[in-house]
Amino acid sequence: MGRGLKQMRMKCLRLVGLALAATLCVAHAEAEELTGTLKKIKETGVINIGYRDSSIPFSYLDDNQKPIGFAIDICLKIVEAVKKELKLDKLTTEFNPVTSSGRIPLLANGTIDLECGSTTNNPDRLKQVAFTNTHFLTATRFISKKSSKLNSIDDLKGKSVASTSGTTNIKQLTEANAARNLGINIIPAKEHAESFLLVETDRAVAAVLDDILLASFAAGSKDPEAYVISTDAFSKPEPYGIMLRKDDPAFKKVADEATAALYQSAEGQKLYEKWFMQKIPPKGLNLNVPIGAELKKAFAKPSDSPDPDSYKAM
Amino acid sequence: MNYHWNWYIFFEPSPSGTGTYLDMLLSGLKVTIVTALAAWLIALVTGATVGVLRTLPSKAASWFGFCYVEFFRNMPLLVQLFLWFFVLPEVVPASWGLWLKQLPNAPFYTAAIGTGLFMSARVAEQTRAGINSLPRGQKLAATALGLRTTQIYRYVLLPIAFRIILPPLTSEFLSTIKNTSVALTIGLIELTAQARAMQEFSFQVFEAFTAATVLYLLINIVVVIAMRFVERGVAIPGYISGK
Amino acid sequence: MFSNFDFDVIRRSLGYLFFDGMTFTLTLTSLATLGGIVFGTLIAMMRLSGLWLLSRIAGLYVDLMRSLPLVLVIFWFYFLVPYIGQWLTGSSRPVRVGAFASSLITFTLFEAAYFAEIMRAGIQSISKGQPAAASALGLTYGQTMRYVVLPQAFRNMLPVLLTQTIVLFQDTSLVYVLSIPDFLGAASKVAQRDGRLVEMYLFAAIVYFLVSSIASFGVRRLQARIAFVH
Repeated sequence: MGRGLKQMRMKCLRLVGLALAATLCVAHAEAEELTGTLKKIKETGVINIGYRDSSIPFSYLDDNQKPIGFAIDICLKIVEAVKKELKLDKLTTEFNPVTSSGRIPLLANGTIDLECGSTTNNPDRLKQVAFTNTHFLTATRFISKKSSKLNSIDDLKGKSVASTSGTTNIKQLTEANAARNLGINIIPAKEHAESFLLVETDRAVAAVLDDILLASFAAGSKDPEAYVISTDAFSKPEPYGIMLRKDDPAFKKVADEATAALYQSAEGQKLYEKWFMQKIPPKGLNLNVPIGAELKKAFAKPSDSPDPDSYKAM
Repeated sequence: MNYHWNWYIFFEPSPSGTGTYLDMLLSGLKVTIVTALAAWLIALVTGATVGVLRTLPSKAASWFGFCYVEFFRNMPLLVQLFLWFFVLPEVVPASWGLWLKQLPNAPFYTAAIGTGLFMSARVAEQTRAGINSLPRGQKLAATALGLRTTQIYRYVLLPIAFRIILPPLTSEFLSTIKNTSVALTIGLIELTAQARAMQEFSFQVFEAFTAATVLYLLINIVVVIAMRFVERGVAIPGYISGK
Repeated sequence: MFSNFDFDVIRRSLGYLFFDGMTFTLTLTSLATLGGIVFGTLIAMMRLSGLWLLSRIAGLYVDLMRSLPLVLVIFWFYFLVPYIGQWLTGSSRPVRVGAFASSLITFTLFEAAYFAEIMRAGIQSISKGQPAAASALGLTYGQTMRYVVLPQAFRNMLPVLLTQTIVLFQDTSLVYVLSIPDFLGAASKVAQRDGRLVEMYLFAAIVYFLVSSIASFGVRRLQARIAFVH
């Protein structure tokens, strides 16, 4: 009887010990708290996406003033991944308009959690924000009317040139203007559509923007044949990335994994074709930009590097 | 999500290659002051004229003055600037429109004229109030002396009226200075626009805006003190006690 | 944009312009007016109170807001309010403030300075006999303000307060600088998307003009009627 009791006591103690260990394990798992953006999303049940007015086809407004685009679709995939990661039943996605000049401060002050547009990933910006895997590569060029006969950057000497404030484009234009002593009158516009409009209405002879955006504007304009995009570029092809807050590794991990999975899958290819090789709203325009060799490589091996040289095709 | 302060940013070179960020802001300040002065000149001249028109016995003049003031007062300044800058070149003959658009300092002229006309409505109202606040006897005595209407205004009414409305005119001038900031929407690179550009290039939001705030406060103080001297200088002893 | 204007673009975008744009503008105007008058009255009372410190703080606030361009204040608040929210609530991250909330806070606080000056003039215009009689009747400072002084001040300054509201209505167009979709912003978006600057801006100008003119006319009529009362 004594032995039996002792055995039972041992069993009990063992069970208690196991229970305690189990509790500690569970407690430890819960103690791995959420930080940063994931914590904010879990607490509020809302994720805020920043979209652009006129970065066709990455992020722009359709006829019903709703944000659509290549980058928006990528962000929605990230939202799905976040929802799965946080095991939420309901995750509301709210869309906030941002401009080139406001996107970084609005990301920093928490108004948006993800900036989904046509933002260039470069070392300067990495001091303030973080980027997830690259979704496009584009160089800075200028568009002008064929009748102006402007071929190279030096042809812009002494003229009025538009660009959007807060972009790498206007910064590169400003620096080129100073370095080459071109005396260009730089007209800053609030949004990309405005920059192009300045050329369309002859207030500026050229607009300096990422070449893919220029191609979209020209194609969607009233007279696409009247415009020409320069072959002369202000920069090498630079990567676009979805912006997130800095020092938030957990959220970045979710975003990186979601985008990598998307780019490497067939769904990613289909998504690219949807926005670049097929008719897009609101006017049914087909940009007809086949996927370049460098971008193909960047999709096969997703990278968030800010260095343009790392994307060179082999 | 912490903000990185960097007050030395003002001494770092700006990407436009023309100096430091502080130089950028000061050039914006210069544009603000020049635009404000140009606009104020336009506002004073047109506003005073319209104000006088409103006090004339002629019904037509009075009605014109009323319509003028209502037109410029009931539209936001921003909308007026857009009308001058975007709409005007499109509704005039094509060659004029093109010339307007290609003018090298189009934002400056548009801002000066647009803001000037906007403020002229308020100057007109102040002038009218000033003239109307004079004792009726002044005008009657002047007429009795045989002065013509233009002479009455020039020698009797306006000198006193302007001294009366000098304080409200000061605050209208300060308003003009503040209103030049609205012109950043049509591409005038004034102080607020430069602060924004500084923020965009350097990412130092709060330093840039603090500097702009300080500069605006400085302008305010300078103008208020300067106007106090002007008031004292033109005050007629014993007539209107200087403030 | 070309010599053949397409005014049909206005008709097609009326829904968006008025349901999204104008509602934003009107909601912002009315809420900011209410908040501005309440806050402005408080500041006016602070300024007129006997306490030197309160008076100075209120004075500095009014001077500061009246020296700065509204555009600059709009930028300040849009970027700054989340950090202030963080500091006030002691949270670990900036409090998320949307475009409307940020605009509302900006306009309430900015216009409060102007409303404060109006209410201060109103309170000072009440003859000293009123508060004297009130205190003779045994009313406290709070009761005096609430039942005797403020109602009269408010009624006297009503036309000026309404005029300032019309100014506020026009000032809301400045949220354009942040691409916030108020009425002008909405018109602008349509204008740039369809390349119809002339039509949209003319339309926006006419709408603002009509609303402001009718409101000013109403205020003038009100002024004429009130003038008879005392």
